[in-house]
Parts: sequence; structure tokens; C-alpha cells
Amino acid sequence: MTGYYAGYYAGIDIGSRTIELVVIDEEGGIVQSLQADTGFDPIREARRLMNGVSCHQMMATGYGRNLFELSFDAPTVTEIKAHARGARAFFPDAHTVLDIGGQDSKAIALFADGRVKRFEMNDRCAAGTGKFLEIMARTLGYEIEAFGGEALNAKRDLTVSSMCTVFAESEVTSLIAKGEDRREIARGLHISVIRRAAGMINRVSGEGGIVFTGGVAKNPCMVELLKERLSREVLVPEDPQHVGALGAALLAMEAA
Amino acid sequence: MKQNDIMNRLQQMTDENIADIERAKSEGRSVIGFYCLYSPTEMAVAADAIPLTLCGTRNDPIAAAEEILPRNLCPLIKSSFGFAVTDTCPFFRFSDIIIADTTCDGKKKMFELLSRYKATHVLQLPQNQDPETALPLWRAELARYKTIIEEKTGVAITQDGLRGAIHLMNRERAARKALMDVNQLNPAPLPGSRLLEILFKVGFLADKEKGISLMEEIAAIAGNGGLGATTIDRKSGKRILLTGVPVGVGSDKVVKIVEQAGGAVVAFENCSGYKQAFTVDTEKDPMDALAEQYLSTPCSVMSPNTGRFDLLKEMIRDFSADGVIDLTWQACHTYNVEAFSIDEFIRDTFGLPTLHLETDYAESDTEQLRVRIEAYLEML
Repeated sequence: MTGYYAGYYAGIDIGSRTIELVVIDEEGGIVQSLQADTGFDPIREARRLMNGVSCHQMMATGYGRNLFELSFDAPTVTEIKAHARGARAFFPDAHTVLDIGGQDSKAIALFADGRVKRFEMNDRCAAGTGKFLEIMARTLGYEIEAFGGEALNAKRDLTVSSMCTVFAESEVTSLIAKGEDRREIARGLHISVIRRAAGMINRVSGEGGIVFTGGVAKNPCMVELLKERLSREVLVPEDPQHVGALGAALLAMEAA
Repeated sequence: MKQNDIMNRLQQMTDENIADIERAKSEGRSVIGFYCLYSPTEMAVAADAIPLTLCGTRNDPIAAAEEILPRNLCPLIKSSFGFAVTDTCPFFRFSDIIIADTTCDGKKKMFELLSRYKATHVLQLPQNQDPETALPLWRAELARYKTIIEEKTGVAITQDGLRGAIHLMNRERAARKALMDVNQLNPAPLPGSRLLEILFKVGFLADKEKGISLMEEIAAIAGNGGLGATTIDRKSGKRILLTGVPVGVGSDKVVKIVEQAGGAVVAFENCSGYKQAFTVDTEKDPMDALAEQYLSTPCSVMSPNTGRFDLLKEMIRDFSADGVIDLTWQACHTYNVEAFSIDEFIRDTFGLPTLHLETDYAESDTEQLRVRIEAYLEML
């Protein structure tokens, strides 16, 4: 932080794959929005991202939050609360949030006033997360950015039963060997992730629109399949990867 | 007396414990090893034998256990078995016989294998607590258990012996309860990790009187404010009740994470904690009283397990809990399934959300657990 701007607040979301930094003004409007790969030294990356950023108070979230707290003496908040707050900034009536990031996924239900009512998270492995899709895209020879679009063009649903990244990779290899269509395998993989995400959502909330955040929300096939599977409205914020950082920035402002 | 002095004295007792057991054995007393709260330890005491709790709360021997047992089994079962096969639990080594119960599927099948290493008697525990059908079975099972202890120890168990044993064990349970009840104060004088360590270590002591006097002393001092309030108030200071599977030193990572996140674990509704806070009726025939009291232990292996709901209701109120964390060891089906009903019950009765965690003894998911626990404390 190079300067002191009385009215500015920042939130930083140090995730397993990427770091996002959002700076807001005192009305909550986004002034600056940055992103970097987390790499193996998250604090160095965070420091680089913050170079040139000015704010009055900041808050950290994501897996690296406690490391950040030690290095920068900034308060922290969990991803759960940060995503809940950030989702509300885009959709003030939101009461269900699905966040699928690099290594975890979570479904959050909110009270009418925006507080977290209950949440569900995936367990310790990366099944059903961005990491899973990334590895599967690579196995099928797709760029991650094109993966969802290709899957959307599949002519039929193909079943991939394994959720574990390691097992699913072998299953995909054997489907390729059987001569199955690459796009249909891709769609099958998307369906398997959505099946799991839908289960998490159903455990926390039964109806109404769902705000979909995190990097995986950028995948059009995931959004489509989620709508289909749950017959509920799915709302994707303009920049779904920055929702956690925005939430943290807003919480920093509200705490000041 | 400071908490450090208490812990030093407890450590000293723990150090002397092995010598105490060796001395007793050399004097001809038998040692009976126990795994589960359903087995009345009074039977051992009545036969002038030493009842010892067996190890099963550390991750270290699990790899050895997995050479024989499937990996997808509860860590408590794997740890218990691992300690036995690696001969790293002194209490297992000292035991002349192991008393176990047909509680869950994993345990009863593990005990079949365990009997290859040590004489093991498995009590046939009924699956419900019905006074008409289950209790007579259990009463008969205790009669068989009594004979086995008599044969093993060469000591005849008398009515008076049983009464004396019940009296001693009631005193120990009363001391444990008094110690745990100290945390009904707000703020709670004993951090959860400290309380857990005391209960855990006292549980292994062969000389019951030593443990009783230490627990009575701590309870008296803490009750008078002598220990000072817990220093945990950094972030939330929320009072958490931990329910579900047993925890001990080595399997207490959830307690530690709650404390690191600024919460206070004030009470344990599990068989290493408040499920032991019962009194055996001294008016009834001792065998009948033991059968009745022990069968009523509210573990999830019972179907239905209404006692756990009653106990939770009482404890949430008495300990002024702000939140409830329901802990399940991986592959513990009975607690895992019951978690749904527990969550529903606590929401409906108290309007409190619960946090259900499923994990094992390994540290690999610490950060994932931390997110859940911190988010839960934020919610309260």
C-alpha cells in the first residue's frame, strides 16, 4: 500500500489458484479490480498485487487469509461470509449462493438481512471443483476457457460416475479408448460436478434464485446444467471470481 | 493453585501410574482393559482387579492397523487396533483380559481379530434400550461377564464387593461431573483442550483415589474463581458444545481449531465427556442397577437413541451454549446418520444452527476444517 486514501477500502481473496484484489470507494463502488495466480508464495504475489494500491482499511479472505493477517496485520473473514456479502452487492435479494473455486465448493443460505444462515462445503479432496475441471479439460485436450462451450455442444449426455480426480481421469481415458465423442465426455464430466453441487444446494436451501460465484461460474455449461438440474434461476455476477474479494472489501468498510 | 501446578501434578500422577500398575500386578492383582463405556468397570473393581482404559486416540499406529484392517474404517477402531498390534499401549500390555462390546459393526469385527493378540471377551450389547426386551438380555450378559471376570481373576464377586465398587465408581463419576460442570460458569474457567487433557489423563489412572482427589480439588478452585477466566476471547468468545464421537489427546484437533479461532469449547457431550456423568442406583440390586444404568448410555449405536437428545437439551441449557459442533469420525455410520436428526432437533428446540464435521485423526484437512469452524463462529 503506497498511499492513504481516506475513503477507499480493499478486500483480498487469497485462494488456492488465484488471488483477487478489489478496491472500493466509500459508496461501495469498485475502483480497482486485480487478479494474479497464487503460485507457491502467496504472500509475495499478494504483495506484488498490492503494489500501487491505496486504501484506508483492508480485509483478507480465502485460504491464505491467516498468512496474510500475520504479514500485513489485516483482519480476516472466511470465504463463506465474504462470498455471502459480495453476492448481495450484485443481487440485493440473493438468499442462496453457490461458490465453486479452485479447490473447494460451497453452498450458502442467507437470512433476509444477508447474514449466513447455513452452509455446506465439499470435503477434503478437490472432487467437484475448478481443479477437477481443469485436469479433465487437459486430459481431453481442451483449454479450460473453451471446455464449457465445447461441452454445451455435445449431442447427448454421457455418464461419468467417478468424482475423484484420479479415478475420473482413468474413466475418461477408457471412454476415449472406446471411441466416445470428446464433447460428450466433457459434458458428462460437467454433469457429475453439477450433480454434487446441486446436492449441496438442496441441503441448505430448497427454492429461489442461486447466485453462482467463483471461477467455475465462468463456465457456460455449468451455468446451463445448474439451471436445468434445479429448475431455479441462476444469476452470475459480472465478474464471479472477484465476489469474495469484493465481499471482504465491503466488510472492511462496514467494520470501519 | 495455578493451572500449571495442576497440570504438573497430573503429569506426576501419570508418570507414577505405570509403577502403580506394576506394583499391583506383582502383588497378584489382575488388570482388565476396557474400550467402551457400555462395559461396567465395577465388575473389575469388585474382583479387586484394576480397570484400565485402553489407547485409541492417536494417529501414529493407524498405518500399522491398515496392514490388516480396511482403510475405510473409523480412525478410533484403527487406532485401537494399531496400538494393540504394535504393542505401543502399556495398558493393553498390562491387561490380563480385554472387555469389549458389540457396539458398531466395525468394532465387533475388529474385536474378532484383536482376540488373536489378547484374551478378549465381547459383551453382546443389545441395539436398543427397551426395558422389556433388551434389558433382560443385557442383564444376562452381565451375569456371564461376572463369571468370566471371576474365572480370570480367581476372585469371587460378592454383593458387598459390587456395592463397594459402585460406590467408588460413583464417586469418580461425580468428581468428573463436578469438574465438567465448572464450565457452566460464564466465562468458562477451563479451556476445552485443558479440560479434555485432564479427563483423558485421569481416565488412565489405576489409583482411582488419586484422580478423584485431583478432580475434586480443581473443581473447587475453579468454582471459586481461583483459575481465572479462560483467556480465549480473541475473536468471538462463543461457547461451543462439542457432541458426537469421543475425543482424547491426539484426536483433539477440532477442539484446538475452535480455540485458535477464538471460540471456547465449554462442554463435551460424548463418551469421553458428559456421557460418563451418571450415577448407578445404590438402592437396587447391584447387578440390576448396573444393567439398567449402563444400557441407558445414549450412544448412536442405539436405535432409537432418544437419550442423546434429552442430554443435549439439558446440556445446551446448563452450559449456556451458543453453538453445537457435531463431530463424526470418518466411516462412523451411526453418528454420521444421526447428525441429520441432531441438527434438526437443535434448530427446532433452540433455534441454533449446528456444524457437522466429518474427519479423521490426520492433520491433512486442518485448513478446510478451519474455514468451516471460523465461518460457523461468524454465524453465531
